[in-house]
Amino acid sequence: MLSRSPEAFSTSPSDLATLSVQGLNHWYGRGAMERQVLQGVDLEIKPGEVVLLTGPSGCGKTTLLTLVGALRSVMEGSVKVFGEELNGSSRQQRQGLRRSIGMIFQGHNLLRCLTAEQNVQMGADLLPGLGFRARRDLAREWLRLVGLGDQLGKLPHDLSGGQKQRVAIARALAAHPRLLLADEPTAALDSRSGREVVDLLRSLARDQDCAVLMVTHDPRILDVADRLLQMEDGRLWGADRPPGGAGLG
Amino acid sequence: MPSSWPSRRIPLAWLLLTRQPMRLAVALAGIAFAGILMFMQLGFRDGLFEASITLHKLFDADLVLISPRTTSSVAMEGFPRRRLVQSMAHPSVEGVSPVHWNLLSWRNPQNRATRSILVLGFEPLDPLLQDDSLRRQAPLLSQRGRVIFDERSREEFGPIGPWFRQGRQIETEVAGKRVRVVGLVAFGPSFGADGNLFTSAETFLWLMPDTPAGSIELGLIQLVPGSDPTKVAADLRRQLPRDVVVYTKQGFEDFEKNYWATSTAIGFIFTLGSAMGFVVGCVIVYQILHGDVSDHLPEYATLMAMGYPLRDLLGVVAREGLLLSLLGYGPALVAALGFYGVVRSATGLPVVMTSGRALLVFVLILVMCMVSAFLAMRRLADADPAEIF
Repeated sequence: MLSRSPEAFSTSPSDLATLSVQGLNHWYGRGAMERQVLQGVDLEIKPGEVVLLTGPSGCGKTTLLTLVGALRSVMEGSVKVFGEELNGSSRQQRQGLRRSIGMIFQGHNLLRCLTAEQNVQMGADLLPGLGFRARRDLAREWLRLVGLGDQLGKLPHDLSGGQKQRVAIARALAAHPRLLLADEPTAALDSRSGREVVDLLRSLARDQDCAVLMVTHDPRILDVADRLLQMEDGRLWGADRPPGGAGLG
Repeated sequence: MPSSWPSRRIPLAWLLLTRQPMRLAVALAGIAFAGILMFMQLGFRDGLFEASITLHKLFDADLVLISPRTTSSVAMEGFPRRRLVQSMAHPSVEGVSPVHWNLLSWRNPQNRATRSILVLGFEPLDPLLQDDSLRRQAPLLSQRGRVIFDERSREEFGPIGPWFRQGRQIETEVAGKRVRVVGLVAFGPSFGADGNLFTSAETFLWLMPDTPAGSIELGLIQLVPGSDPTKVAADLRRQLPRDVVVYTKQGFEDFEKNYWATSTAIGFIFTLGSAMGFVVGCVIVYQILHGDVSDHLPEYATLMAMGYPLRDLLGVVAREGLLLSLLGYGPALVAALGFYGVVRSATGLPVVMTSGRALLVFVLILVMCMVSAFLAMRRLADADPAEIF
């Protein structure tokens, strides 16, 4: 142990991790209006791990997601996605990286003018080197996996809320992401379809060895997590087991 | 093999347009309206210019001589007839016809009102116009005081055609002298002249005794078949003194059209009209595309969040513009063809579709849509993927 250099300890876990965040600070506003939303956030997610993030609204959860999702530039601290440092990255680098990050939003954010199949194919179209037909078959396969194999040609407004969210999941997964970010995917759903969507998300992500970081307020779905994190006032508190599970034990 | 086409994508621009049929219909109606406006204005303009050379096109000549002081068909100046004779020295010149040309006052035999009419005086046996009925009737002009009347002249000149066909003898005054109508031709008024009258050179000089001796206003030159008019014109320009100008027949027509286009407000008015059509079209297409981008901003932001580069999204808007121009041009062209027919039958103006104008308006519509798409693209800068969570 003592013979190993200190660097070996500090670098090897980050290289393995899908996501590694260290000392992340973030502010909104300028001057007198300046407000710190993230304070020294440290976080690490391994491949295939499902991490749930809870906390009161306005505590910085969504900001963390947008930083990790390469949608916002990092101000201070280190964010490494798949080993690539986002602090100081170019717009082009971030855009390229986003192709490997799946995103599921509170609203489904499907393209209204596209059918379910075409929406999912917009995800599959990001995969390089595949012909049109192969990408279309992939889209159909993903819709079958989320249980919508018979709704291929429907437009979003003909689908129920749960179905739309499942299309969104299929679209996110069709691009073969290695990290999936979800922001309250069950917020607009009733408890049963919310449960179904989350179970589906978890099992499909597992199959692909895709890590999941999910922000949620929904206490009914906390048990799908491998790890539960809580955020308050821009700080992250870890909990190894879901509080529901701990309570039962 | 199309099945493995790696660059083929979902036709997002097409679907954005066609899945919103109302918006598409409004856009196409707007583009077609702008296109029709441009077609009509340009059609009127070219039709009026074309109408200014009704007679010019009929001259039986390969080259023409006019005075350098001549500005247009309504201001023909004289030049020495000798120049026309000199041109015959060129081996390619087969024949020449001297023509007197002036606007003289004609008295309407019905109501005695006078009005300016274009009078052409020529040697009745010389070729003047490429028109058989004039050629056939020209020998009737050999007696002094005889004229051939263009029955498609404006009706203010009197019911000459119907009277003549009824067998009535029509005698009236031209420039204060008594003339008799001995024949009818049908060419139509041009821009500068409400009517046309043909007579012999002798009668013309009798009507206009002040004409300087040996002075003519127009010289027609017929060339040996197979010779190159441009080359002969260049030769004649070198050989003849500076008191005449040599034009090919086409050049003479262009000279006249150019006068009306540049020295009058006509060209400006109709060009301005078509420019307005262009601007109106730009505004409509911009409104449509801007509204479309704004409505779909969250969706564009989602695509950016998924990793689509901004370039792809700009491409979608550009393709929407391209599709709109292609879809809007067809109805505009078809409607314009219909309106041209209506205008032709209502005004007698030679308003016809030319491939040049069809292409010009297509290019204008294309530019209109692409400029609007380009302006609407600026809205895409507001698509911030960080705002959609």
